[in-house]
Amino acid sequence: MTAKKILQHSYRIAKKDLTELFRNRLGLVLLIVMPLFMMVMVGFIYPSNGTITDLKIGLVNEDSPFNSSTVPSQAFLMGLTQINDQTHMLVITNVSSQADLKDMVQRGELEGGILIPSNFSQSLLTGQQGTLVIVSDESNPQISATIQAALTGVFNAMSQQLAINNVLPLNATNSLAVVQPYSVQTQGVVSGHPSYFDFIAPGIMAMTVMMSVMTGLPVAISQEKEIGTMDGMMVAPVNRLSILLGKTMAQTGRGLIQGVIILALAIGIFGVAIQGNILLVFALLLLGVFSFVGLGIVITSFTKDQETAQMLMMTLMFPMMFLSGVFFPIQQMPWYMQDISKVLPLTYASDALRKVMVLGAGIPQISTELIILIVFGIVMIAIALPVFRRMMTR
Amino acid sequence: MDNGKIIEVQNLTKMFGKFTAVEDISFSVKKGEIFGLLGPNGAGKSTTLRMLSTLSRPTKGTATIGGYDTVKHDMEVRKLIGIVSEKMIIYNRLTAKENLWFFGSLFNIPKDTLNKRIDELLELVQLTKWKNAQVGTFSTGMRQRMNVVRALLNMPKVLFLDEPTLGLDPQSSVEIRDFIKKLNQEQGTTVIITTHMMVDADLLCDRIAIVDHGKIIALDTSTNLKKIISGADTMIVKLEIANLTPGMLTDIKALKCADAVTQENSRQLHLIVHGEEAFDNIIDAVRKRNGKITSMENLQPSLEDVFLHITGHEVRDSADQKIKQEHGPRFGASPRRVR
Repeated sequence: MTAKKILQHSYRIAKKDLTELFRNRLGLVLLIVMPLFMMVMVGFIYPSNGTITDLKIGLVNEDSPFNSSTVPSQAFLMGLTQINDQTHMLVITNVSSQADLKDMVQRGELEGGILIPSNFSQSLLTGQQGTLVIVSDESNPQISATIQAALTGVFNAMSQQLAINNVLPLNATNSLAVVQPYSVQTQGVVSGHPSYFDFIAPGIMAMTVMMSVMTGLPVAISQEKEIGTMDGMMVAPVNRLSILLGKTMAQTGRGLIQGVIILALAIGIFGVAIQGNILLVFALLLLGVFSFVGLGIVITSFTKDQETAQMLMMTLMFPMMFLSGVFFPIQQMPWYMQDISKVLPLTYASDALRKVMVLGAGIPQISTELIILIVFGIVMIAIALPVFRRMMTR
Repeated sequence: MDNGKIIEVQNLTKMFGKFTAVEDISFSVKKGEIFGLLGPNGAGKSTTLRMLSTLSRPTKGTATIGGYDTVKHDMEVRKLIGIVSEKMIIYNRLTAKENLWFFGSLFNIPKDTLNKRIDELLELVQLTKWKNAQVGTFSTGMRQRMNVVRALLNMPKVLFLDEPTLGLDPQSSVEIRDFIKKLNQEQGTTVIITTHMMVDADLLCDRIAIVDHGKIIALDTSTNLKKIISGADTMIVKLEIANLTPGMLTDIKALKCADAVTQENSRQLHLIVHGEEAFDNIIDAVRKRNGKITSMENLQPSLEDVFLHITGHEVRDSADQKIKQEHGPRFGASPRRVR
């Protein structure tokens, strides 16, 4: 059995598999719809900065009545209204007491609240800090954090304005410099303003292509075993390697088609710009596939039927999706999760892809990732092949 | 391939964990023979076939096909064989022609030869009209015909058939049987067929191995197997009496020559009797009670009778040991009597 024969047979098997795939209309539609959903959902759900509006907020003012002793709290309220008229960040409802506020938050009528304590004006007038209380719904950490951040931002801006007014009598050339001596500017390494799509597009591409091989391979093989057609290939004088190679080629093809669809969607609909070499992008996708093939084969060998294969894949896929930094940065995970993340090949594939696509990196900048992916692939295949051979002639 | 034997099996054993599916079987098959493995489901027929066709590795023992060992020279063996399995080996989303082209190309048949052969084979099973239609749209009978010609692409010297008529309607079954017979006569193809259907085995096979619990318990021609019963001076008699009474039945049962008497309906009896005077004795017994015999028939023993005689249980008794039903209810499980 020469290498040429092996390749010829694998090509025929791959061609057969892809013909079957293209005749399955519903499957084809799903092939396109799945990445589209993934991009749309993940891209739009993740909060981008400055887009929060119309948070329902209750306001409790314990610092009343309305007279000369409560001037600072009146000034605060005026300032708040002024800022909110510009940003429309909040929808403010006046609430009579703190107890009512809590009740309304619990019932979900309000998403949070601001409490002005009774000693607010008193403190400010006597030269102390005035404390404001932000009431938030901890059962929804996301909203809670958003409200805290939003309100803190508003309050800081107001504090700053007040401080500038306070230092005016000092006749400083720049009052802001007195109040806030440090000014911060952010400068990215990429031109333009990368959105969250720029962050997830490479990751989703890497994930889809690799998952398609990792899930597609066990499912394709166990399906043929189940319906019996695998026997047809096995009784032909065909090297087992050809069957494996052919199946892998077909699944890689399927994955790459999906990858291209994602790329097209990312560029066309979500305005993602590719900074690096597009050929390097595809080379990386192929390398990612290579690193995953072994794992796919091992799983194939251990699952007897399609159902088990699919269940096992879901179990593995889910943590991998989140631990590989495809959707969320690895840096925000606890240390043990970061450690797991470091042994997953998807982490390196999506990292390298991101560097190339977003940062315009070349091969030298991603050499570490490349080496890890190649080594991982070789090790997994070395484990997988003997296991597979044994499985085929049980 | 000396002495005309194309398949030689020696002490073949297959174990799945602690379960012995096939236990130490040995037999040989002559070139051009139709050889049957008959037995209930789970007897080890399919496992034997899978080992012979290189799909499964024997735990112990050896098998050679055309002189090639099925383990050491599996690639050579594969060139010589074709397999028709109970599970149809065809892709529903490919057309008839694409299916045959795909499997043919795996045998490295030159393009022109393959094209010609595909046309011939499709013609042979009257599917030429449908060659560009996807197989998924075919009827079960058409699909099985496809499945059979698929196995013939490499012009195999040995054709393995695993329950080829399972799930087929009677007409399709007849077609497949005739086709196998024709193939054997015209091409000289050696055929190994497993079945739990007595009809298949009886009508097709030159020799039959009766398999039960992983062992071959009898191996001979159908006629000789039946002689196991008839040779023992035993006859099977169907007796119809117009005015059958309980007294008559008691008298017949009391006869020395009657080994077993079963009442099949209000007028019919099924008897297993022995001895030269058996017929006379029965007639006398009925006449004594003024019985009117409307018919009396000496039945040929069926393979089912043989199986019952040797194993002590009916074929269908153990049929539910292994449930591998794929195509809905199985109608052929209860064997018909061959007359």
